[in-house]
Amino acid sequence: MTTVTETDAMASALELEHVESHLHPEPSYDVADHPKPTGREEIWRFTPLKRLRGLLDGASSDACLQWKEELPQGVTLSTISTDEAKALGGIAPLDRLAALAVENAGGAALLTIDGELDRPARITLSGDTIDRTVWGHIVVKVAPFAKATLLFDHVGTATYAANVTYLVGDGAQLDVVNLADWQDDAVHTVQNGISIGRDAAVRFFEFTLGGDLVRSSTNVDYRGPGGSVDLLGVYFADAGQHLEHRQFVDHTAPKTRSNVEYKGALQGQDAHTVWIGNVLIRKVAEGIETFEQNDNLVLTDGAQADSVPNLEIETGDIEGAGHASTTGRFDDMHLFYLQSRGIDPTEAKRLVVHGFFNDIIRRIGVEDLQDRLMAAIEEELATVVGTPEVAR
Amino acid sequence: MSTLEIKNLHVSVETEDGHKQILRGVDLTVNSGEVHAIMGPNGSGKSTLAYAVAGHPKYDVTDGEVLLDGVNLLDMTVDERARAGLFLAMQYPVEVPGVSVANFLRTAKTAIDGEAPKLRTWVKDVNAALERMTLDPSFAQRSVNEGFSGGEKKRHEIAQLELLNPKFAILDETDSGLDIDALRVVSEGVNRYSSQGDRGVLLITHYTRILNYIQPDYVHVFVAGRLAETGGRELAEQLEAEGYDKFVKAAAV
Repeated sequence: MTTVTETDAMASALELEHVESHLHPEPSYDVADHPKPTGREEIWRFTPLKRLRGLLDGASSDACLQWKEELPQGVTLSTISTDEAKALGGIAPLDRLAALAVENAGGAALLTIDGELDRPARITLSGDTIDRTVWGHIVVKVAPFAKATLLFDHVGTATYAANVTYLVGDGAQLDVVNLADWQDDAVHTVQNGISIGRDAAVRFFEFTLGGDLVRSSTNVDYRGPGGSVDLLGVYFADAGQHLEHRQFVDHTAPKTRSNVEYKGALQGQDAHTVWIGNVLIRKVAEGIETFEQNDNLVLTDGAQADSVPNLEIETGDIEGAGHASTTGRFDDMHLFYLQSRGIDPTEAKRLVVHGFFNDIIRRIGVEDLQDRLMAAIEEELATVVGTPEVAR
Repeated sequence: MSTLEIKNLHVSVETEDGHKQILRGVDLTVNSGEVHAIMGPNGSGKSTLAYAVAGHPKYDVTDGEVLLDGVNLLDMTVDERARAGLFLAMQYPVEVPGVSVANFLRTAKTAIDGEAPKLRTWVKDVNAALERMTLDPSFAQRSVNEGFSGGEKKRHEIAQLELLNPKFAILDETDSGLDIDALRVVSEGVNRYSSQGDRGVLLITHYTRILNYIQPDYVHVFVAGRLAETGGRELAEQLEAEGYDKFVKAAAV
């Protein structure tokens, strides 16, 4: 007689083993499994490797960012060993920088979240030099049915490579806001690995405004049916900045949902943004729903936006799947309509850009953060669009 | 008392087949206190007239002038024309994602008046204007025209007309696509505006239906890029009975 445990039944509804797909590099903690890239690899071809300041060499360093936390009741922060962190599970590194971060960080910061938080947990990570590489390894473990908003605020400057693992328990609701508000010379690479439990819902925001080079890879899988993720991003690239956002949503369970929306603006010579939206729908992932969208607003000449949505479908039974990508200048009709109401062209452009980003920002639901982001965008805009003539 | 004078207006538009002349010498004077209806068949250039006067970049003015109290609007940018006192209610109002109606209206009012409206009375004014157009106050928090039905967009245009209260309003087929209730609501808004006595209305329409609600002082027939006939209300009744055929044939000769 065989006994079927609940865990076995669940496991049979999942499909977590590796799938051969160009969307899907083999996950591994072993740095040797991720050879040093030449720059021609699919996952590296958009990244200016020379500007990574030798991160790919993986020289050890014990430099840290300074942490400042405001943690409400229900959140604890502790330090664990690398082995303990790996044993907690989650998505293993999918590229060399993430593997190096785990290997070199010398342990991980563990954030546990339990219960319903009465206010957002805020963590500010700040650095003051680009000369010493900082390796970071963070694990966020969210208990079943917890409800939390977590903010990672990156300020100052650094050369920083991190691997951040999110383990989201069944039925939990987690909002994460990642803010890259670096000074102009920072280099920041991060792999976010998000594993979503049964019926859990994650909203993952990224706001990337500062830094010389930011490369963020966000990978999602589902550890039970009914999970949902929204990956929502806003980026604003100025002259010379390289801002890259990659997502890989791996639909490993049925009845799961994913929604990806990234919006960016570019201004100035050699402002470069990259958005890669990968979605894999596995055989087992019946009845799933996915949509991904990237919109870029090119404000000046000399800027370049790369935008690549990829969708790989292995099952015929899906609820919905689609993607869209737009890149363009101001819509003349938007400006005409606003101007026909007396609004001068500068103010009209400001309104349109505000509107473009507000679409994402207003969903955060944390007022002081929304105000700060809008103010930051205002500041970015002042340099190219100018200050309106009409007194406010 | 203000005057909007359109003189010998010639307008062309760039198409794939080159320059295409649409307006061929339009002459029309609207005084404040007057309601003019411009009626014409599809493709006669009625909407081009509206957009060209408002300053849409797609249209090239090749000759003529448009004077508002003697000042040529054609020398002004789109926003300057609006601040000079011109308003265009569009046939297809534009959706502006992420910009709330409240923010849009306040910004427009500030631009038109040259100073920000008083916060307390302004919110009341906006809510009242929306309510008169049977738009729920929650519309103030929605993105401009985004997800609005066709009728809601038109009512939103007329709410703006009442709030911005320009010297002259051009209404471009504001009646098209409206059901009978919405048509009545919109017409009442236009009548409230024009009954101030010192405002001028240029009502562009394809159908006579709206003229049951808005009484024009003058009716013009617009055919092949110019005014073919001008009369009073009786001209609209004649058009209702006989159609545009007579005028179209005459223009083709």
